Amino acid sequence: MKDWGYSILKGRQIDFENNDFSIAEYITKHEPSFRWCIGCGSCTATCSAARLTDFNPRKLKLLIQRGEIKGLADEIAKCMLCGKCQLVCPRGINTRNVIQNIKRALNTCHAL
Amino acid sequence: MAINSQHIVIIGGGPAGLEAASCLGTAGYRVTVLEKEKQTGGKLLIWDKLFPEFRNSDKVLNHLSNGFKTNPPQILTNAEVVSVIPENGQHRINLSDGQAFQADTVLITTGFKLYNAEKKEEYGYQIYENVITSFDLEKQLKTGNPIRIEAGLTPRRIAFIHCVGSRDIKSGNIYCSRTCCITGVKQAIEIKRRLPDAEVFNFYMDLRMFGQNFEELYIEAQQKWGVTFIRGRVSEIAENKDNSLQLKAEDTLSGRPIKMSFDLVVLLAGMVPEPRTVEIGKSAALEFTSGNFLAGLDSHISQNETNTPGIFIAGTCREPLSVAETLTDARAATVKMISWLRENETSHKKSLIKRDND
Repeated sequence: MKDWGYSILKGRQIDFENNDFSIAEYITKHEPSFRWCIGCGSCTATCSAARLTDFNPRKLKLLIQRGEIKGLADEIAKCMLCGKCQLVCPRGINTRNVIQNIKRALNTCHAL
Repeated sequence: MAINSQHIVIIGGGPAGLEAASCLGTAGYRVTVLEKEKQTGGKLLIWDKLFPEFRNSDKVLNHLSNGFKTNPPQILTNAEVVSVIPENGQHRINLSDGQAFQADTVLITTGFKLYNAEKKEEYGYQIYENVITSFDLEKQLKTGNPIRIEAGLTPRRIAFIHCVGSRDIKSGNIYCSRTCCITGVKQAIEIKRRLPDAEVFNFYMDLRMFGQNFEELYIEAQQKWGVTFIRGRVSEIAENKDNSLQLKAEDTLSGRPIKMSFDLVVLLAGMVPEPRTVEIGKSAALEFTSGNFLAGLDSHISQNETNTPGIFIAGTCREPLSVAETLTDARAATVKMISWLRENETSHKKSLIKRDND
Protein backbone atom coordinates (compact mmCIF):
# COMPACT_ATOMS: atom_id res chain seq x y z
CA MET A 1 0.00 0.00 0.00
CA LYS A 2 1.42 3.35 -0.99
CA ASP A 3 2.13 5.66 1.91
CA TRP A 4 0.76 9.06 0.85
CA GLY A 5 2.54 10.87 3.60
CA TYR A 6 -0.58 11.38 5.63
CA SER A 7 -0.53 10.44 9.26
CA ILE A 8 -2.62 11.12 12.30
CA LEU A 9 -0.95 13.94 14.17
CA LYS A 10 -1.00 13.85 17.91
CA GLY A 11 -2.58 17.06 19.15
CA ARG A 12 -0.26 19.67 20.57
CA GLN A 13 -2.79 20.65 23.21
CA ILE A 14 -1.86 19.91 26.81
CA ASP A 15 -4.66 17.64 27.99
CA PHE A 16 -4.47 18.33 31.70
CA GLU A 17 -7.14 15.81 32.70
CA ASN A 18 -5.39 12.86 31.12
CA ASN A 19 -1.76 13.69 31.88
CA ASP A 20 0.67 12.00 34.26
CA PHE A 21 1.59 13.99 37.35
CA SER A 22 3.45 11.26 39.23
CA ILE A 23 6.89 12.70 38.46
CA ALA A 24 5.82 16.25 39.42
CA GLU A 25 4.36 14.98 42.69
CA TYR A 26 7.50 13.01 43.50
CA ILE A 27 9.78 16.02 42.91
CA THR A 28 7.53 18.43 44.83
CA LYS A 29 7.49 16.05 47.77
CA HIS A 30 11.29 15.69 47.90
CA GLU A 31 12.23 19.22 46.79
CA PRO A 32 9.33 21.64 47.48
CA SER A 33 11.19 24.58 45.93
CA PHE A 34 10.28 22.96 42.59
CA ARG A 35 7.02 24.93 42.84
CA TRP A 36 8.57 28.34 43.34
CA CYS A 37 9.49 28.99 39.70
CA ILE A 38 8.24 32.17 38.01
CA GLY A 39 9.44 31.17 34.56
CA CYS A 40 12.04 33.94 34.20
CA GLY A 41 14.37 31.74 32.14
CA SER A 42 17.64 32.75 33.79
CA CYS A 43 18.45 29.05 34.36
CA THR A 44 18.22 28.38 30.64
CA ALA A 45 20.18 31.53 29.85
CA THR A 46 23.13 30.38 31.92
CA CYS A 47 22.83 26.64 31.21
CA SER A 48 25.98 25.09 29.70
CA ALA A 49 23.95 22.35 28.04
CA ALA A 50 21.43 24.83 26.59
CA ARG A 51 24.27 26.62 24.82
CA LEU A 52 25.10 23.47 22.87
CA THR A 53 21.81 21.57 22.66
CA ASP A 54 18.07 22.30 22.74
CA PHE A 55 18.01 21.51 26.47
CA ASN A 56 15.79 24.03 28.29
CA PRO A 57 15.53 23.64 32.08
CA ARG A 58 12.73 26.22 32.41
CA LYS A 59 10.56 24.45 29.88
CA LEU A 60 11.49 21.02 31.21
CA LYS A 61 10.25 21.92 34.69
CA LEU A 62 7.07 23.43 33.26
CA LEU A 63 6.22 20.40 31.12
CA ILE A 64 6.76 18.08 34.10
CA GLN A 65 4.29 20.23 36.07
CA ARG A 66 1.80 19.98 33.22
CA GLY A 67 2.16 16.21 33.22
CA GLU A 68 3.93 16.13 29.85
CA ILE A 69 6.75 13.68 30.53
CA LYS A 70 7.30 11.93 27.21
CA GLY A 71 11.00 11.80 26.38
CA LEU A 72 11.96 13.15 29.81
CA ALA A 73 14.75 10.62 30.38
CA ASP A 74 16.52 11.65 27.18
CA GLU A 75 16.10 15.32 28.00
CA ILE A 76 17.46 15.10 31.53
CA ALA A 77 20.50 13.19 30.29
CA LYS A 78 21.66 16.44 28.67
CA CYS A 79 22.17 18.11 32.05
CA MET A 80 25.79 18.11 33.29
CA LEU A 81 24.84 19.07 36.85
CA CYS A 82 27.18 22.07 36.78
CA GLY A 83 24.77 23.98 39.03
CA LYS A 84 25.05 27.39 37.36
CA CYS A 85 21.24 27.53 37.21
CA GLN A 86 21.17 27.40 40.99
CA LEU A 87 23.49 30.41 41.21
CA VAL A 88 21.26 32.60 39.07
CA CYS A 89 17.76 31.53 40.21
CA PRO A 90 15.99 34.61 41.69
CA ARG A 91 13.60 32.43 43.68
CA GLY A 92 16.36 30.40 45.34
CA ILE A 93 15.21 27.07 43.91
CA ASN A 94 17.51 24.15 44.61
CA THR A 95 17.71 23.32 40.93
CA ARG A 96 20.42 20.64 41.21
CA ASN A 97 18.33 18.75 43.70
CA VAL A 98 15.34 19.15 41.39
CA ILE A 99 17.35 17.52 38.59
CA GLN A 100 18.53 14.73 40.91
CA ASN A 101 14.95 14.13 41.95
CA ILE A 102 13.77 14.02 38.35
CA LYS A 103 16.30 11.22 37.83
CA ARG A 104 15.18 9.44 40.99
CA ALA A 105 11.53 9.90 40.05
CA LEU A 106 12.17 8.38 36.65
CA ASN A 107 13.68 5.34 38.33
CA THR A 108 10.98 5.13 40.99
CA CYS A 109 7.78 6.02 39.18
CA HIS A 110 8.45 5.03 35.62
CA ALA A 111 10.59 2.97 33.39
CA LEU A 112 10.51 5.60 30.66
CA MET B 1 -16.79 73.25 65.65
CA ALA B 2 -15.83 74.81 62.36
CA ILE B 3 -13.36 77.67 62.66
CA ASN B 4 -13.71 78.57 59.03
CA SER B 5 -16.94 79.54 57.36
CA GLN B 6 -15.84 78.29 53.96
CA HIS B 7 -17.91 75.31 52.91
CA ILE B 8 -16.54 72.13 51.35
CA VAL B 9 -18.77 69.55 49.71
CA ILE B 10 -17.42 66.03 49.23
CA ILE B 11 -19.29 63.89 46.70
CA GLY B 12 -19.03 60.24 47.71
CA GLY B 13 -18.74 58.77 51.20
CA GLY B 14 -16.36 55.90 50.47
CA PRO B 15 -12.82 55.57 51.82
CA ALA B 16 -11.52 58.62 49.92
CA GLY B 17 -14.45 60.85 50.86
CA LEU B 18 -14.43 59.92 54.55
CA GLU B 19 -10.65 60.22 54.91
CA ALA B 20 -10.72 63.66 53.26
CA ALA B 21 -13.68 64.72 55.42
CA SER B 22 -11.81 63.87 58.61
CA CYS B 23 -8.66 65.73 57.47
CA LEU B 24 -10.60 68.83 56.42
CA GLY B 25 -12.73 68.70 59.57
CA THR B 26 -9.61 68.53 61.75
CA ALA B 27 -8.25 71.55 59.84
CA GLY B 28 -11.41 73.43 60.93
CA TYR B 29 -13.43 73.51 57.76
CA ARG B 30 -17.16 73.05 57.41
CA VAL B 31 -17.64 69.86 55.43
CA THR B 32 -20.69 68.16 53.92
CA VAL B 33 -20.40 64.59 52.61
CA LEU B 34 -23.01 63.49 50.07
CA GLU B 35 -23.36 59.71 49.82
CA LYS B 36 -25.69 58.16 47.23
CA GLU B 37 -26.19 54.90 49.14
CA LYS B 38 -28.01 54.55 52.45
CA GLN B 39 -24.72 54.01 54.27
CA THR B 40 -21.20 55.43 53.97
CA GLY B 41 -18.18 53.18 53.49
CA GLY B 42 -18.42 52.47 49.77
CA LYS B 43 -17.14 49.14 48.50
CA LEU B 44 -15.31 48.48 51.76
CA LEU B 45 -18.72 47.37 53.05
CA ILE B 46 -18.69 44.49 50.55
CA TRP B 47 -15.08 43.52 51.10
CA ASP B 48 -14.12 40.91 53.68
CA LYS B 49 -10.33 41.10 54.02
CA LEU B 50 -7.81 43.50 52.53
CA PHE B 51 -4.52 42.61 50.84
CA PRO B 52 -1.71 42.09 51.58
CA GLU B 53 -2.07 41.38 55.31
CA PHE B 54 -5.63 40.00 55.34
CA ARG B 55 -6.83 42.79 57.59
CA ASN B 56 -10.57 42.92 58.13
CA SER B 57 -12.12 45.73 56.11
CA ASP B 58 -13.95 46.70 59.34
CA LYS B 59 -10.66 47.95 60.75
CA VAL B 60 -10.34 50.54 58.00
CA LEU B 61 -14.05 51.39 58.26
CA ASN B 62 -13.56 51.98 62.01
CA HIS B 63 -10.56 54.19 61.32
CA LEU B 64 -12.66 56.23 58.91
CA SER B 65 -15.57 56.69 61.31
CA ASN B 66 -13.19 57.48 64.21
CA GLY B 67 -11.76 60.39 62.25
CA PHE B 68 -14.71 62.61 63.16
CA LYS B 69 -13.98 63.33 66.82
CA THR B 70 -13.36 67.04 66.30
CA ASN B 71 -15.59 69.05 64.01
CA PRO B 72 -17.50 66.17 62.40
CA PRO B 73 -18.81 66.68 58.87
CA GLN B 74 -22.45 66.75 58.00
CA ILE B 75 -23.13 63.42 56.28
CA LEU B 76 -26.13 63.03 54.00
CA THR B 77 -26.98 59.55 52.76
CA ASN B 78 -29.33 58.67 49.87
CA ALA B 79 -28.03 61.90 48.37
CA GLU B 80 -27.42 61.35 44.70
CA VAL B 81 -25.57 64.18 43.00
CA VAL B 82 -26.51 64.83 39.37
CA SER B 83 -24.49 67.92 38.55
CA VAL B 84 -21.95 70.46 39.77
CA ILE B 85 -22.36 73.92 38.24
CA PRO B 86 -20.08 76.93 38.81
CA GLU B 87 -22.05 79.85 40.27
CA ASN B 88 -20.77 83.25 41.49
CA GLY B 89 -17.28 81.98 42.20
CA GLN B 90 -18.75 79.06 44.08
CA HIS B 91 -20.18 75.71 43.02
CA ARG B 92 -23.77 74.59 43.08
CA ILE B 93 -24.27 70.87 43.70
CA ASN B 94 -27.62 69.57 42.49
CA LEU B 95 -29.15 66.39 43.85
CA SER B 96 -31.55 64.04 42.08
CA ASP B 97 -34.29 64.88 44.62
CA GLY B 98 -34.11 68.61 43.77
CA GLN B 99 -32.01 69.68 46.77
CA ALA B 100 -29.00 71.90 46.10
CA PHE B 101 -25.85 72.86 48.04
CA GLN B 102 -23.47 75.80 47.66
CA ALA B 103 -19.79 75.10 48.17
CA ASP B 104 -16.56 77.11 48.00
CA THR B 105 -14.81 74.00 46.85
CA VAL B 106 -15.84 70.51 45.84
CA LEU B 107 -14.03 67.21 46.20
CA ILE B 108 -15.22 64.38 43.97
CA THR B 109 -14.59 60.94 45.47
CA THR B 110 -17.19 58.89 43.66
CA GLY B 111 -15.07 55.76 43.31
CA PHE B 112 -15.30 53.07 40.65
CA LYS B 113 -17.68 50.50 39.30
CA LEU B 114 -16.82 46.85 38.76
CA TYR B 115 -16.35 45.97 35.09
CA ASN B 116 -19.44 44.15 33.85
CA ALA B 117 -18.00 40.67 33.24
CA GLU B 118 -21.05 39.68 31.17
CA LYS B 119 -19.48 41.66 28.35
CA LYS B 120 -16.75 39.03 28.08
CA GLU B 121 -19.31 36.52 26.89
CA GLU B 122 -16.62 33.93 26.11
CA TYR B 123 -16.10 33.53 29.86
CA GLY B 124 -19.78 32.81 30.46
CA TYR B 125 -20.50 35.02 33.45
CA GLN B 126 -24.28 34.85 34.14
CA ILE B 127 -24.47 32.02 31.61
CA TYR B 128 -22.62 29.24 33.47
CA GLU B 129 -23.61 28.97 37.11
CA ASN B 130 -20.09 28.32 38.41
CA VAL B 131 -18.44 31.34 36.82
CA ILE B 132 -18.34 34.16 39.37
CA THR B 133 -16.49 37.47 39.84
CA SER B 134 -14.00 38.49 42.52
CA PHE B 135 -16.83 40.59 44.05
CA ASP B 136 -19.12 37.54 44.24
CA LEU B 137 -16.36 35.52 45.90
CA GLU B 138 -15.60 38.31 48.37
CA LYS B 139 -19.27 38.46 49.36
CA GLN B 140 -19.22 34.69 49.85
CA LEU B 141 -16.03 34.89 51.93
CA LYS B 142 -17.58 37.62 54.08
CA THR B 143 -20.47 35.33 55.08
CA GLY B 144 -17.91 33.00 56.64
CA ASN B 145 -19.82 30.03 55.20
CA PRO B 146 -17.92 27.18 53.55
CA ILE B 147 -17.15 27.74 49.87
CA ARG B 148 -19.64 25.82 47.75
CA ILE B 149 -20.49 25.72 44.10
CA GLU B 150 -24.05 25.96 42.83
CA ALA B 151 -24.86 22.27 43.31
CA GLY B 152 -23.89 22.55 47.00
CA LEU B 153 -20.62 20.66 46.45
CA THR B 154 -17.15 21.64 47.56
CA PRO B 155 -15.08 22.76 44.57
CA ARG B 156 -11.93 20.70 44.01
CA ARG B 157 -10.30 22.77 41.32
CA ILE B 158 -10.65 26.54 41.04
CA ALA B 159 -9.35 28.99 38.42
CA PHE B 160 -8.75 32.70 38.77
CA ILE B 161 -8.69 34.64 35.52
CA HIS B 162 -6.73 37.87 35.62
CA CYS B 163 -7.31 41.00 33.50
CA VAL B 164 -11.06 40.55 32.86
CA GLY B 165 -12.04 43.89 31.34
CA SER B 166 -8.53 45.27 31.77
CA ARG B 167 -5.66 45.55 29.26
CA ASP B 168 -8.10 44.43 26.60
CA ILE B 169 -9.03 46.61 23.67
CA LYS B 170 -12.00 44.31 22.94
CA SER B 171 -13.48 45.17 26.33
CA GLY B 172 -12.93 48.86 25.62
CA ASN B 173 -10.40 49.23 28.43
CA ILE B 174 -6.75 49.25 27.52
CA TYR B 175 -5.59 50.37 30.98
CA CYS B 176 -4.50 48.14 33.85
CA SER B 177 -6.85 48.04 36.86
CA ARG B 178 -3.77 47.43 39.02
CA THR B 179 -5.33 45.86 42.10
CA CYS B 180 -6.79 42.68 40.54
CA CYS B 181 -3.40 40.89 40.41
CA ILE B 182 -2.90 41.08 44.15
CA THR B 183 -6.61 40.42 44.75
CA GLY B 184 -6.25 37.20 42.73
CA VAL B 185 -3.31 36.16 44.89
CA LYS B 186 -5.14 37.11 48.09
CA GLN B 187 -8.33 35.27 47.17
CA ALA B 188 -6.38 32.21 45.94
CA ILE B 189 -4.75 31.98 49.38
CA GLU B 190 -8.11 32.44 51.12
CA ILE B 191 -9.53 29.52 49.13
CA LYS B 192 -6.52 27.36 50.01
CA ARG B 193 -6.92 28.31 53.67
CA ARG B 194 -10.51 27.11 53.67
CA LEU B 195 -10.10 24.25 51.20
CA PRO B 196 -6.53 22.91 51.64
CA ASP B 197 -7.20 20.00 49.29
CA ALA B 198 -8.42 22.18 46.43
CA GLU B 199 -6.16 22.92 43.48
CA VAL B 200 -5.97 26.62 42.63
CA PHE B 201 -4.69 27.97 39.31
CA ASN B 202 -4.24 31.62 38.34
CA PHE B 203 -4.16 32.49 34.64
CA TYR B 204 -2.30 35.74 34.09
CA MET B 205 -0.64 37.85 31.38
CA ASP B 206 1.73 39.65 33.76
CA LEU B 207 1.64 39.70 37.54
CA ARG B 208 1.97 43.29 38.68
CA MET B 209 2.98 43.13 42.33
CA PHE B 210 3.67 46.82 42.78
CA GLY B 211 2.87 47.41 46.43
CA GLN B 212 4.64 46.80 49.66
CA ASN B 213 4.56 43.08 50.56
CA PHE B 214 2.69 42.18 47.35
CA GLU B 215 5.60 40.21 45.87
CA GLU B 216 6.04 38.51 49.26
CA LEU B 217 2.39 37.43 49.16
CA TYR B 218 2.82 36.09 45.63
CA ILE B 219 5.83 34.03 46.80
CA GLU B 220 3.81 32.84 49.81
CA ALA B 221 0.98 31.75 47.48
CA GLN B 222 3.42 29.49 45.63
CA GLN B 223 5.61 28.33 48.51
CA LYS B 224 3.19 27.94 51.37
CA TRP B 225 -0.13 27.40 49.65
CA GLY B 226 0.85 25.65 46.42
CA VAL B 227 -1.10 27.95 44.12
CA THR B 228 -0.13 27.40 40.46
CA PHE B 229 0.31 30.35 38.14
CA ILE B 230 -0.09 29.77 34.41
CA ARG B 231 0.97 32.54 32.06
CA GLY B 232 -1.63 32.85 29.36
CA ARG B 233 -4.88 34.65 28.73
CA VAL B 234 -7.91 32.37 28.78
CA SER B 235 -9.59 32.36 25.39
CA GLU B 236 -12.87 30.70 26.30
CA ILE B 237 -14.79 28.70 28.86
CA ALA B 238 -17.38 26.06 28.04
CA GLU B 239 -19.66 24.14 30.36
CA ASN B 240 -19.47 20.35 30.58
CA LYS B 241 -22.54 18.15 31.06
CA ASP B 242 -21.83 17.90 34.79
CA ASN B 243 -21.70 21.74 35.07
CA SER B 244 -17.93 21.71 35.46
CA LEU B 245 -16.14 24.17 33.23
CA GLN B 246 -13.68 23.53 30.49
CA LEU B 247 -11.15 26.25 30.02
CA LYS B 248 -8.80 26.92 27.12
CA ALA B 249 -5.65 28.98 27.18
CA GLU B 250 -2.17 28.98 25.82
CA ASP B 251 0.41 27.91 28.35
CA THR B 252 2.69 30.55 26.86
CA LEU B 253 5.79 29.44 28.75
CA SER B 254 5.64 26.04 27.09
CA GLY B 255 4.25 27.51 23.87
CA ARG B 256 1.40 25.02 23.78
CA PRO B 257 -2.37 25.27 24.05
CA ILE B 258 -3.83 23.82 27.24
CA LYS B 259 -7.29 22.64 28.22
CA MET B 260 -8.36 22.02 31.81
CA SER B 261 -11.54 21.36 33.75
CA PHE B 262 -12.61 23.42 36.76
CA ASP B 263 -15.43 23.33 39.31
CA LEU B 264 -15.35 27.07 39.89
CA VAL B 265 -13.96 29.98 37.86
CA VAL B 266 -13.40 33.41 39.43
CA LEU B 267 -13.13 36.38 37.07
CA LEU B 268 -10.92 39.17 38.37
CA ALA B 269 -13.00 41.97 36.88
CA GLY B 270 -11.36 45.36 36.62
CA MET B 271 -12.35 48.87 37.61
CA VAL B 272 -14.34 51.19 35.38
CA PRO B 273 -15.61 54.71 36.09
CA GLU B 274 -19.06 55.09 37.63
CA PRO B 275 -21.49 56.35 34.94
CA ARG B 276 -22.63 58.98 37.48
CA THR B 277 -19.06 60.27 37.81
CA VAL B 278 -18.93 60.83 34.07
CA GLU B 279 -22.19 62.82 34.23
CA ILE B 280 -20.97 64.95 37.13
CA GLY B 281 -17.66 65.49 35.37
CA LYS B 282 -19.39 66.64 32.20
CA SER B 283 -21.68 69.01 34.11
CA ALA B 284 -18.62 70.68 35.66
CA ALA B 285 -16.74 70.69 32.31
CA LEU B 286 -13.99 68.45 33.71
CA GLU B 287 -11.53 66.61 31.52
CA PHE B 288 -11.27 62.83 31.33
CA THR B 289 -8.44 60.35 30.94
CA SER B 290 -8.31 57.94 27.98
CA GLY B 291 -10.02 55.39 30.24
CA ASN B 292 -12.83 57.89 30.97
CA PHE B 293 -11.76 58.48 34.57
CA LEU B 294 -11.64 62.07 35.84
CA ALA B 295 -8.37 63.69 34.79
CA GLY B 296 -6.03 65.56 37.11
CA LEU B 297 -4.43 68.78 35.97
CA ASP B 298 -0.97 67.24 35.75
CA SER B 299 0.04 63.60 36.02
CA HIS B 300 3.04 64.37 38.23
CA ILE B 301 2.56 67.52 40.21
CA SER B 302 -1.18 68.09 40.52
CA GLN B 303 -3.13 64.88 40.21
CA ASN B 304 -5.93 66.04 42.54
CA GLU B 305 -6.63 69.41 40.91
CA THR B 306 -8.80 69.63 37.82
CA ASN B 307 -9.12 72.01 34.90
CA THR B 308 -12.06 73.65 36.75
CA PRO B 309 -10.66 75.79 39.60
CA GLY B 310 -12.09 74.79 42.95
CA ILE B 311 -13.02 71.25 41.94
CA PHE B 312 -10.74 68.52 43.21
CA ILE B 313 -10.69 64.75 42.68
CA ALA B 314 -9.37 61.86 44.76
CA GLY B 315 -9.47 58.08 44.87
CA THR B 316 -10.63 55.63 42.23
CA CYS B 317 -12.80 58.12 40.34
CA ARG B 318 -9.52 59.32 38.83
CA GLU B 319 -7.65 56.04 38.38
CA PRO B 320 -7.65 52.48 39.74
CA LEU B 321 -6.06 52.53 43.21
CA SER B 322 -5.78 50.24 46.22
CA VAL B 323 -7.45 51.16 49.52
CA ALA B 324 -4.11 52.30 50.96
CA GLU B 325 -3.38 54.43 47.90
CA THR B 326 -6.92 55.84 47.96
CA LEU B 327 -6.51 57.05 51.54
CA THR B 328 -3.12 58.61 50.74
CA ASP B 329 -4.62 60.26 47.66
CA ALA B 330 -7.52 61.68 49.69
CA ARG B 331 -5.13 63.20 52.24
CA ALA B 332 -3.01 64.68 49.45
CA ALA B 333 -6.11 66.27 47.91
CA THR B 334 -7.05 67.98 51.18
CA VAL B 335 -3.68 69.78 51.35
CA LYS B 336 -4.26 71.17 47.86
CA MET B 337 -7.83 72.15 48.77
CA ILE B 338 -6.76 74.00 51.90
CA SER B 339 -4.12 76.00 50.02
CA TRP B 340 -6.65 76.79 47.31
CA LEU B 341 -9.22 77.95 49.87
CA ARG B 342 -6.68 80.16 51.66
CA GLU B 343 -5.49 81.77 48.45
CA ASN B 344 -9.05 82.23 47.31
CA GLU B 345 -10.08 83.70 50.64
CA THR B 346 -7.16 86.16 50.53
CA SER B 347 -7.86 87.24 46.98
CA HIS B 348 -11.56 87.47 47.79
CA LYS B 349 -10.80 89.73 50.77
CA LYS B 350 -8.33 91.76 48.71
CA SER B 351 -10.93 92.36 46.04
CA LEU B 352 -13.39 93.47 48.74
CA ILE B 353 -10.83 95.84 50.27
CA LYS B 354 -9.98 97.15 46.79
CA ARG B 355 -13.66 97.80 46.15
CA ASP B 356 -14.00 99.59 49.50
CA ASN B 357 -11.01 101.79 48.65
CA ASP B 358 -12.31 102.64 45.18
